[in-house]
Amino acid sequence: MDINPLQVFHPSAKRNRLWLNLLSLGLGLLCWQVTSVFSGVEVFILPSPLAVWSRFMVAVQDGSLFRDIGVTFSEVVLGLVVGVIVATVLGYSVAKSRPLEQVLSPYLVASQAIPVVAIAPLLVLWFGYGMLSKVLICALIVFFPVLINTIVGIRAVPQAFYDLMKSLRASRKQILTKVEIPAALPIFLGGLRIGATLSVIGAVVGELIGSKYGLGNLINRARVGYDMPMVYVAVFMLVFLALGLYGIVAQVEKRLLAWQEQK
Amino acid sequence: MTTEPILTVKNLSVVFPDNNGGLRALDDLSFEVHPRDFICFLGPSGSGKTTLLRIIASLLKPTTGEVNFIHNQRPEIGMVFQQSNLMPWRTVMDNIKLPLELENMDESAARIKAQEMIELVGLNGFEDSWPRDLSGGMAQRVAIARALIHDPDLLLLDEPFGSLDAITREHMWVELSRIWQAKQKTVIMVTHSINESLFLADKVLVLTQRPGKIKFELEVDLPRPRKDDIRYSPHFGKLARKLREAIE
Ligand SMILES: Nc1ncnc2c1ncn2[C@@H]1O[C@H](COP(=O)(O)OP(=O)(O)OP(=O)(O)O)[C@@H](O)[C@H]1O
Ligand SMILES: [Mg+2]
Repeated sequence: MDINPLQVFHPSAKRNRLWLNLLSLGLGLLCWQVTSVFSGVEVFILPSPLAVWSRFMVAVQDGSLFRDIGVTFSEVVLGLVVGVIVATVLGYSVAKSRPLEQVLSPYLVASQAIPVVAIAPLLVLWFGYGMLSKVLICALIVFFPVLINTIVGIRAVPQAFYDLMKSLRASRKQILTKVEIPAALPIFLGGLRIGATLSVIGAVVGELIGSKYGLGNLINRARVGYDMPMVYVAVFMLVFLALGLYGIVAQVEKRLLAWQEQK
Repeated sequence: MTTEPILTVKNLSVVFPDNNGGLRALDDLSFEVHPRDFICFLGPSGSGKTTLLRIIASLLKPTTGEVNFIHNQRPEIGMVFQQSNLMPWRTVMDNIKLPLELENMDESAARIKAQEMIELVGLNGFEDSWPRDLSGGMAQRVAIARALIHDPDLLLLDEPFGSLDAITREHMWVELSRIWQAKQKTVIMVTHSINESLFLADKVLVLTQRPGKIKFELEVDLPRPRKDDIRYSPHFGKLARKLREAIE
């Protein structure tokens, strides 16, 4: 599994093409700089990358940025953890029990059909402007892809492995740890990878609706204060946060799934 | 043989539920297996061979009839499946020592035993290979080592060499024959190869096309140890002809 997210669109791209990625990014930044300086677009609408960079340096020096990053990061990670735990436990139970699936499936489908973004204002209303409401939004948004991938992963465990384990009188716990978890892991981690990036979206949506701190809140504050470069700084921080999480999951995949065929 | 049978099967039938009255896979099978027997079921595809082994391994319940073990307790079983059925996330070593892990054997003792098995099946140097890097024959040898490592009382072999080319398969017969003689196990094997059953077994039971029914029994009185060239002896040919006629 590649860890460079820029390569996911074309898995055959090799590391030695990295310079092409960098060149492309550099050219993009150059275009942006040239446009913002020469096009006559108001600095308020489109600040130059250099302006964004210097605003970033200021925010780093006075330390204000770190508080917001820390809050958003905590929300994202806590939401991810809660969402993944609930989705995994529920997904496993549903995969193992048809009756439970029948009972729960209306709710599970509904949980997916309701756009989390649409009920986020309600959650903020119920659980306040603090971190709790954001953690819940993140957990909800993470829930579904992880749930589905857990179910699919467990259901895909070949019957032959169960036969093998039962012929050896394995206990339920041994079947879980030695067959079901490793067999379902590739599909499960795929869900986690999607969940990690979705979680960042959840946190920002919650913060934009109502919050005290966080990068979403920073975007609102900067916007109201006509501090456009700061808005861009916040957006870039979110991008890096999402990429960082994605990269971590991809690293975990690489470690745990070394047995899979390398492409 | 005069010993008490390790396994007694009486009037065993298996019917799988389907849309029109059930699919009868096995029909009224009765037989006995004694300690250290090498019994072979010979039958065409769909005659219920895999189903029979799954019943014996208690993975499936008979629809009617009885499967009784000596002392009324299923013995320790080693099973080799039609496909090698190795866990792709485990190395050769870890696949082979799985049965010992399940018995919570001490890790270093398990590794030592697994190493012995690896030598027995001739896979030295492949301890840390992933299953994806093995040939079909090597994978089946890993599966055989895994089936033997916990010293089971009963070996169940489901067309263990079905996926191999003719030359490798014949080589594996000799290997299995050698291992069987060394370990003195009770073996129940199913196959659709006449030569395979004659080369390995003490007794061949021929199953009919679905539903599987025992229609012929043959004691294989070829001398042991059996070597590669036994297949060209006139007696082998005579027995093979008998089986061939029973099948048709
Ligand atoms: N779990 C199951 N549910 C329904 N039908 C089954 C099941 N397992 C086997 N059968 C049916 O029972 C019959 C016997 O199957 P079985 O796998 O035992 O045959 P086999 O002799 O092992 O064949 P092969 O040589 O091709 O492996 C087949 O018609 C098969 O479709
Ligand atoms: Mg079969």
